[in-house]
Amino acid sequence: MKLLGKYVDKGMQGNVTLMPEESEDMWHAYNLIAEGDSVRSTTIRKVQNETATGSSTSSRVRTTLTIAVETIDFDTQACVLRLKGRNIEENPYVKMGAYHTLDLELNRKFELRKPEWDTIALERIEMACDPTQSADVAAVVMQEGLAHVCLITASMTLVRSKIEVSIPRKRKGSVQQHEKGLAKFYEQVMQSILRHVNFDVVKCVLIASPGFVRDQFHDYMFQQAVKMDNKLLLDNKSKFMLVHASSGFKHSLKEVLQDPAVVAKMSDTKAAGEVKALEQFYMMLQCEPAKAFYGKKHVLRAAESQAIEMLLISDNLFRCQDVNLRKEYVTLVESVRDAGGEVKIFSSMHISGEQLAQLTGVAALLRFPMPELEDSDDDDDEDGAAGGDDSDSD
Amino acid sequence: MSRHRIVRTMDYNDEYDGYDDVYGHSVDDDHCISPTDAQQWLYDRERGRQSISAFISKNKDIKEEGEHDEDDEDEAYEKARRDSESFQMPELDEMEQAKLSSCVDEVRSVVGDAVSERRIVETSMKFDYDIQKILDEILNEETKKSDKPALRPKVPVPIAATIVKSASKPTPPAKISLKEPRRGFEIASPKLPSSPVVSGRNTPVDVGGDNDLSRTAASVFKVSKDQAQRNAQQLYEKERSDQKSHIHMIVIGHVDAGKSTLMGHLLYDTGNVSQRVMHKHEQESKKLGKQSFMYAWVLDETGEERARGITMDVGQSRIETKTKIVTLLDAPGHKDFIPNMISGATQADVALLVVDSTRGEFESGFELGGQTREHAILVRSLGVNQLGVVINKLDTVGWSQERFTEIVTKLKSFLKQAGFKESDVSFTPCSGLTGENLTKKAQEAALTSWYSGRPLLDVIENFKIPERALDRPLRMSVSDIYKGTGSGFCISGRVETGVMCVNDKVLVGASREQAQVKSLTMDEFPQTSVFAGDQISVTLAGVDINNITVGCIISDPQTPIPVTTRFQARIIVFSVKVPITMGFPVLLHHQSLIEPAVVCKLTASIHKSTGEVVKKKPRCLGSNSCALVELETSRPICIERYADFKELGRVMLRVAGVTIAAGMVTKIR
Repeated sequence: MKLLGKYVDKGMQGNVTLMPEESEDMWHAYNLIAEGDSVRSTTIRKVQNETATGSSTSSRVRTTLTIAVETIDFDTQACVLRLKGRNIEENPYVKMGAYHTLDLELNRKFELRKPEWDTIALERIEMACDPTQSADVAAVVMQEGLAHVCLITASMTLVRSKIEVSIPRKRKGSVQQHEKGLAKFYEQVMQSILRHVNFDVVKCVLIASPGFVRDQFHDYMFQQAVKMDNKLLLDNKSKFMLVHASSGFKHSLKEVLQDPAVVAKMSDTKAAGEVKALEQFYMMLQCEPAKAFYGKKHVLRAAESQAIEMLLISDNLFRCQDVNLRKEYVTLVESVRDAGGEVKIFSSMHISGEQLAQLTGVAALLRFPMPELEDSDDDDDEDGAAGGDDSDSD
Repeated sequence: MSRHRIVRTMDYNDEYDGYDDVYGHSVDDDHCISPTDAQQWLYDRERGRQSISAFISKNKDIKEEGEHDEDDEDEAYEKARRDSESFQMPELDEMEQAKLSSCVDEVRSVVGDAVSERRIVETSMKFDYDIQKILDEILNEETKKSDKPALRPKVPVPIAATIVKSASKPTPPAKISLKEPRRGFEIASPKLPSSPVVSGRNTPVDVGGDNDLSRTAASVFKVSKDQAQRNAQQLYEKERSDQKSHIHMIVIGHVDAGKSTLMGHLLYDTGNVSQRVMHKHEQESKKLGKQSFMYAWVLDETGEERARGITMDVGQSRIETKTKIVTLLDAPGHKDFIPNMISGATQADVALLVVDSTRGEFESGFELGGQTREHAILVRSLGVNQLGVVINKLDTVGWSQERFTEIVTKLKSFLKQAGFKESDVSFTPCSGLTGENLTKKAQEAALTSWYSGRPLLDVIENFKIPERALDRPLRMSVSDIYKGTGSGFCISGRVETGVMCVNDKVLVGASREQAQVKSLTMDEFPQTSVFAGDQISVTLAGVDINNITVGCIISDPQTPIPVTTRFQARIIVFSVKVPITMGFPVLLHHQSLIEPAVVCKLTASIHKSTGEVVKKKPRCLGSNSCALVELETSRPICIERYADFKELGRVMLRVAGVTIAAGMVTKIR
């Protein structure tokens, strides 16, 4: 993302001009734009003209529109952001108040005006414009008969394809069926890697599985590559890395990202950092349950007494439509920062973020034990549960 | 002269060219005649005449001779069949006709095809197209009919309490109001996944719906009369009384404890592996420099397994003892293949725990992280309660009695903790490689000096056969799908409860597709019926191969298995590294099914022994705790409550290759 202009006054009002450069930037834009903001961007509008005689002609016109956003749609697979809203600026082609849907496009600037900018949003812009953050990794988690081909970017984990093949078990006298099924499965996984992994961008390809599936697959793939004389695979052989995972399901990516060899290679990407932070939280919950809390109510209480050392918060909480709720979370983040605590904003598109979102979306590691929080929840734990459910439904 | 023709080089195509055209038929015969042409030019014998069937339908009470002694059930059935075949609509004016047809459609949508059209029309006319009344009438009639067999004295004296339940359980009273549109079949429900073969015949998947309701609704599935009122116990006695009883035994233990070798040697000694094959294995394993693996190769058949020298998937074979047919399931011991071991263990009745007695090896397998522990706990949680412990490789420690007793005492206290009764556990010293104390009594002097107990084969012989739930509705779990030798595809798995016969109608998996059983085989022999506890493979017709996955359940159409995405379970947490919280992603193992699931709610933590609620809505569950939790899967799965079907109500939760909890399903949403 490129920041082309930023005019935010002291009252935190103003506008920002941005230019998305890659598909990941759409995700950032999705997190930035909230309902009620106004967005100005160039777009194509179908205009109908009626002549004096009554015949009408329609033509497509490229024009610049400003709309007040009402609904936001994000397609995670295609990374397309669609904003629908009413026109609020005069335009020769479009009436005031007419609905229009803006498709944000790559390499076309848009201007975003918010009635109030908060720190989270400004931080998001900073992060999006940081070029060092981008580290693309492809990962294939597989087990016999099941594979997920994923792309891991700084703030998203995208499952590009899921391969499910039923492989006959070995049985007396007919091992061939098992081996044939296996070869078919490997072939499919290989094809899917070739189709979805762009070796120009991707730094490394992790192949993770239990047992020997990864080794078998790796051998199979390069045997085939030699046979078919596939230059693309042979040239990038060094990018493949074999890692252990306990299963072929998506959430075993977490184990993959914790593997020391992977951590070393990927340096400190956001995805790996998030997995580590969540792991830390769980370890604390096991060892010192009075120093680890989750749920909005508990965390807010802990923040009141300035006890939070590290706050884990999922970014889907900031995308909620309720402005007041969003504000509450923003103040929570700010108060933790003011008290010298660390805040980790998890991307809900990562595996660890998904898990955190299920865990009410907010969790905290404390500086000192607060057992009173745990005891207090018996009398009014209905509230806590309700708060958790709210965040789930977002 | 034909003798002298050069037949060898003759071009047959030329010789026979035009052969087909010569013999008499005209060009026109190649085209079929269109119906309108046929009507115009051909004489239809039936036209203008009254059909005989119409005549019969008007005189429906014609009695045939010799029908009186039949019981009325059969008579009614015969009549229904005759009626439906030759039924003609009564003559009505247009208005009435329209009313009638809409009425019939309405009724059909509720009762399905189970009731003949004739019956619906008659009833509709009787009640003047009042759908409410018609439905009441028809359904009450059906209920009466299905109640009848229960009242007949023909049913033998019930053996277990369960039979009373299943036989005398009345069909729920049929009361239908039109406000419940869900009761019928939403045949064209577009959301359902359906295979192209049987599109339009799916039942709605009643996710999260009221179970009783879905059960009654689905009970309208048409099954043959035979299937509907079969007596499982009688059939079982008829078919199996002359055979030895079956038992499934899983062999478990730490990696390299010698499970496969032990089983291979046992198979060889009992004469199930020919000399020739054994010789081949010996030569080939020698070539690879792994002669000690020669017995293991009997069960480890894939190239990968042989090259690496470890079992990866459950190997299966069988031996016959004096009184039993034992199916051996050879489980992999390696940590990464525990999912395979679980799917094997769900099929087992009893288990054989193999322990390596070599110094250091036993300890590493038994200490934390070793599979001896995990396997034993797993099989116990999966409902296996008889365990034979084999102290293997005792020859490496010189048949030392001290070592034997040392291991036995350690294991005894552990197994007691895991929940095995002391009387159900036996300990046998042996050597899988030399074959000492396997089938024959111990010969080695060092061993006989202190051991005079039974050899391993006798231990297997002495396992008790668990009770088979023959009288329950059919449930079969699918563990493998493969291409059979003939047409179609085969599904193999274990019949958990009930009976299945050739030509039965069954429901498959969470989509509840109907299929027909084409053939049944058990241990390569074709069967006409199979019973609870059997390990079988079945060929199905009418269902697409892509709609069956490993782990799905085949069930009886009359009492289909509940399908859900969310259920409550009572779990026991094993020792875990991190506590279980809300939103914890786990892998759910249920029979052969492995499905990602999320712990979506911690309802209460429970006291381990008393079952009292210790704390409502706990924040997290630590090691060795017991709790009620709710689990949610992404796809609908077939599952039963533990109280209803023990076999299908057990689940295992695993995370990152470690079993974190075992549970029982208490409530299905």
